[in-house]
Amino acid sequence: MEPSQSAKAPLYDCRQAFAETLIELARSDERIVAVCNDSVGSSNLGAFQKQFPRRLINVGIAEQNMVGVGAGLANGGFIPFVCAAAPFLTGRALEQVKVDVAYNGLPVVLCGMSPGMAYGELGPTHHSIEDLSWLRAIDDLAIVVPADPAQTAASVRWAASAQTPCYLRVGRTKVPSVSPDPADAFSFGKIKVLRQGRDLTIVATGVMVSRALAAADELGKQGTQARVLNVATVKPLDEAAIVEAARETGAIVTIEEGMIEGGLGAAIAEVVVRHAPVPMRILGVKGFAPTGAAEFLFDHFGLTSDGVVAAALELKGP
Amino acid sequence: MSAPPSKPRPPATVASELPPDLNAAERSARLRTKATQIRRSVIEMIGRARMGHVGGDLSVTDILATLFFGVLKLDPDAPRAADRDRFILSKGHCSAALYATLAHRGFMPIEALSTFMQPLSALNGHPNRRKVPGVEANTGPLGHGLPIGVGCAIAAKLARASWGAYVVLGDGELQEGSNWEAAMCAGHRGLDNLVAVVDRNRLQQGARTEETNRLEPLGDKWRAFGWDVVECDGHDHAALYEAFVSPRQGRPRCVIANTIKGKGVSFIEDRVEWHHKAPSLEQIDLALKELA
Repeated sequence: MEPSQSAKAPLYDCRQAFAETLIELARSDERIVAVCNDSVGSSNLGAFQKQFPRRLINVGIAEQNMVGVGAGLANGGFIPFVCAAAPFLTGRALEQVKVDVAYNGLPVVLCGMSPGMAYGELGPTHHSIEDLSWLRAIDDLAIVVPADPAQTAASVRWAASAQTPCYLRVGRTKVPSVSPDPADAFSFGKIKVLRQGRDLTIVATGVMVSRALAAADELGKQGTQARVLNVATVKPLDEAAIVEAARETGAIVTIEEGMIEGGLGAAIAEVVVRHAPVPMRILGVKGFAPTGAAEFLFDHFGLTSDGVVAAALELKGP
Repeated sequence: MSAPPSKPRPPATVASELPPDLNAAERSARLRTKATQIRRSVIEMIGRARMGHVGGDLSVTDILATLFFGVLKLDPDAPRAADRDRFILSKGHCSAALYATLAHRGFMPIEALSTFMQPLSALNGHPNRRKVPGVEANTGPLGHGLPIGVGCAIAAKLARASWGAYVVLGDGELQEGSNWEAAMCAGHRGLDNLVAVVDRNRLQQGARTEETNRLEPLGDKWRAFGWDVVECDGHDHAALYEAFVSPRQGRPRCVIANTIKGKGVSFIEDRVEWHHKAPSLEQIDLALKELA
């Protein structure tokens, strides 16, 4: 759908890197267990289950119990990766996420699988477009949104050793690699600057990062040099990189696969308005989606490189 | 008030508080004394704070005393010892009873109880494991304790460890669906290292449980979910002790402890209005006299 350089690049389902890394870590660390809600298949845990049958705890279709069980396992010295489709993990079990995991301060890795609008045609019940807004308001909960397989693998490694409550958004919508150096794809709490530029800044997360890069390429052709920030740690936010970008480029466009209210763009705006007020445009999902595949819905909501280019030109003037 | 337990204990090994060679009558007498001390502390705490869930605190006291002084393997000097039993008070609003029990068991000085619900005190209206040694889970919203207890029990099984998980639930709390998700899971997995205790005082915040959203036949419900159910008098320490320690045969145990909300203070007993209410200064004196 996206006419850009990345259209020809190979595309990846990040659940693959997630599962491979989890298995690799579990081989050398017996504390790692997976907990799921009848989602062995959709969480891509089949191979994990085959290798570690005792350490795959499928509690059935019961998300509140699932998160509580994860907290109990962490209390008992394990490192649980609690995996479920993101809308049900974060929506159905929100109070358990807040209380059992974050307020208890337990190192549970909450894995929101197939987030955003990955389940396209299945509709708004199965879209997880509110998760960043809900979870950003919970104290002590780290939020990590990897953009490609290298970031996914690195963030799984980080989560396994971080000993902190965290939410990991594991994408199903296929993405190209966006990490220039896969060996240095992710540093917790740090923004990756993927393009330098001084005319404006595009801030993106997850699936939207490749679209931000495509937009920067297009803007470059038109003579506008855009900086591109990949925000893989949505919380805590790398405020220094944002303030620097605001001061040096004077305008910011954000793009995310989630509701505008309270998500990445709102988080960036909260920093910008305090430290370096500059004009902003926030691109995101605007309400319950109509029927359609993820790519169709991205077009519908303007979450495309063209959408970013238009917002950027609007900000910078003709 | 009695001092914290003074029995010397090797720091790395957790154990129950009472000597194992006590006979049943001696054990019950000791537990009764502890329960009275806890009740007196609860009244003093709530009297000072001018708030608290006194009815539920007094109904759960004998359950807590029996567990903490007779059953649970814990070490107040090493509250996070890996092989400790896990105790979770799912009815977290009865934190005063839990704090008093922990203090009398030696997890904190008895004097610390006077800070209950004071500004910046570690002793919040609902317990916080990050601030209070001996608290295993931050509870308050109902229906959270049993899932966590199930996770603890699974952890012990995975680690092939001998410690167990004990969860105390309010009866009104059982109207929360998450309990039944957890009950189904524990029954399915045959978690015989898990004990759920229902403080069956038959009252919830606004009315009797059976008038609000009927729980009976409660034992049948737990049995249908695969649990081994024991019903007993929740103020009889010998019966509680037996219910906690008798063999479980491959199933999680549910102890339905029939209790009286406000037990031990005549004017509080079995009255719905005492769910969350502080006694007056006169009532405190009267209550302490009854709890002599």
